[in-house]
Amino acid sequence: MTQAASLLEVRDLVVEFRTLEGVVHAVNGVSFRIRAGETLGIVGESGCGKSVSALSVLRLIPQPPGKIVSGRVDFDGRDLLQLPKAEMQAVRGRAIGMVFQDPMTCLNPVLTVGRQISETMTVHLGLGREEARRQTLSLLEMVGIPTPELRCDDYPHHFSGGMRQRAMIAMALSCDPKLLIADEPTTALDVTIQSQILELVKRQRDRRNMAVIWISHDLSVIAELADRVVVMYAGFIVEEADVFKLYREPRHPYTQALLDSIPHMDTAGPEELRVIPGSPPDAMSLPPGCPFAPRCTFAFDRCQRENPPLSSAGRDHTAACWVVAAKRKPP
Amino acid sequence: MSEAQIAIPVLKERLQRPPLTPGQLSWHRFLRHRMALVGAGLLVALVLYVLAGAAFFSEADANHVDLSSTLRGPSAEHPFGTDLAGRDILARTIYGGQISILIGVLAVVLSVVIGVLVGAAAGYFGGAVDNLLMRFTEAMFNIPQMFLLIILAKFFGVEAPSFTLFGRTFSGSVVVIVSVIGLTSWMYLARIVRSSFLSLKEQEFVTAARATGATDSSIIFGHILPSAIAPIIVSATLEVANAILYEAYISFLGMGVQPPTATWGNMLNEAYSKLEVAPWMWFFPGTLILLIVLAINFVGDGLRDAFDPRSLGGRSK
Repeated sequence: MTQAASLLEVRDLVVEFRTLEGVVHAVNGVSFRIRAGETLGIVGESGCGKSVSALSVLRLIPQPPGKIVSGRVDFDGRDLLQLPKAEMQAVRGRAIGMVFQDPMTCLNPVLTVGRQISETMTVHLGLGREEARRQTLSLLEMVGIPTPELRCDDYPHHFSGGMRQRAMIAMALSCDPKLLIADEPTTALDVTIQSQILELVKRQRDRRNMAVIWISHDLSVIAELADRVVVMYAGFIVEEADVFKLYREPRHPYTQALLDSIPHMDTAGPEELRVIPGSPPDAMSLPPGCPFAPRCTFAFDRCQRENPPLSSAGRDHTAACWVVAAKRKPP
Repeated sequence: MSEAQIAIPVLKERLQRPPLTPGQLSWHRFLRHRMALVGAGLLVALVLYVLAGAAFFSEADANHVDLSSTLRGPSAEHPFGTDLAGRDILARTIYGGQISILIGVLAVVLSVVIGVLVGAAAGYFGGAVDNLLMRFTEAMFNIPQMFLLIILAKFFGVEAPSFTLFGRTFSGSVVVIVSVIGLTSWMYLARIVRSSFLSLKEQEFVTAARATGATDSSIIFGHILPSAIAPIIVSATLEVANAILYEAYISFLGMGVQPPTATWGNMLNEAYSKLEVAPWMWFFPGTLILLIVLAINFVGDGLRDAFDPRSLGGRSK
């Protein structure tokens, strides 16, 4: 196991949303780390806490009702959760760039695209107006916007969805961040645009040796891009492994079920789509045991009582499952 | 070769006809609003009247007392007649109009500044800040505005020293009236701004802006305020009409701008004692107040429709 220094290390992150109906346990003790230049995929279905985890890294969850209850987010040797507001603002957009899910709503409709991109650079790099504009044009060119000098002064509604996402990426990359957090950036786009965006991010990542956290519910997108994958379920990390290992030999029953539910074109004859029966637990009242136990075909009585911790399931491979833990026990 | 031939016409067309900005769209809608155009025309005419009129009459003319020709009706020499001190009413409506419009605009600038700051802070920060500011706003709402105006004008107005600016001497009461009107009419705007901010700050583009490291003030003024500008412009425009009316009210009650500085309001005050004998004394300033208030309201209505994208091609084509 190579112990290169982590760029980002999230430890025991707990995030809650205190609503009128009760406390929503969105993230329940999540830990992951990412080295410089590495790409970490976070997968899970809607509401599993993957976006909240990512937003918490930048302290962008709305507080209230959200609250980061405990944990650490060490980035470049500092705990981001303890930083004063001004220093946190200096990290956002500078050392950590972020791309959001819906490019239709993430650009300000009343400001030109060029202004929104150049603002980041004037804030963090102290560029003058003209220099920022020059940089903006080359960024737009880089992300593949044709005739940037014409499109720079356009408003977001003049852009298509794919172009807006390119503009968002240009904005996130403008200050040459060490880490890019991409929160389902291709989910709102159609498939051809999706692969173009993937290519774009890959190319920029390799050129800049930038670390990427790529959040998605789409396992095939993750497979294209990630070095390591974290699988989340109900606010817990249930499995973490190298991307090849995870796809070849998933250990956690949830990951297995998730991979099984991917439809395949090559199977002969009509086949029903395989789904995971049941639905994820209510984040307001999590079961005492393993959160996946109610839907798990392997569950036994211990699973209902105790939540399994992440334990080793092979080299560089961990899973939170009593079945896996039992198998690994020395005889 | 063929590629270049295809690309160039597309490029040309884009250069010739760039897509309309939201501002341009609003402008087109405004131009299709007939009442707004009438109002705008009237407003321009009135502003021209008070500005261009200064080329024909000096301020000394407006304040020139001629006791040999008091209370004359309209004639060739005095088209609008003369007042109790024999001053020319035409010249006084011109200089009075300048002051009235100036007071209206400055008072609204002040109330917009206060209203935007209070509303933006309350809406953006929420919580205790919101609570405090909004309770204060409600408290201000609960005091009748006329009452507050009169008290403040009476308290500060009479003693204010005159001052000279741009070669003109202004009665100190002008500043007092501007402040008094501005300080008592920002509450409605604060509420509008607050509600815009409450909904806009939940938009994803605000989170995205925060993710780029934007500070609170740059988010408030650079990202949210531009989206909230339309209702602010509309209500500020309508508020100018109100401010002109308020000035007229307190000046009519004798607590506003002090003579000899004329305003349309204090001209009415002087006319009050000769209501039946010298109707020209109230007719001309009164009509001007009526016209400008109407014109501003038409323009404000037009702006409201112009900024509302749903009114595209609506009424008054």
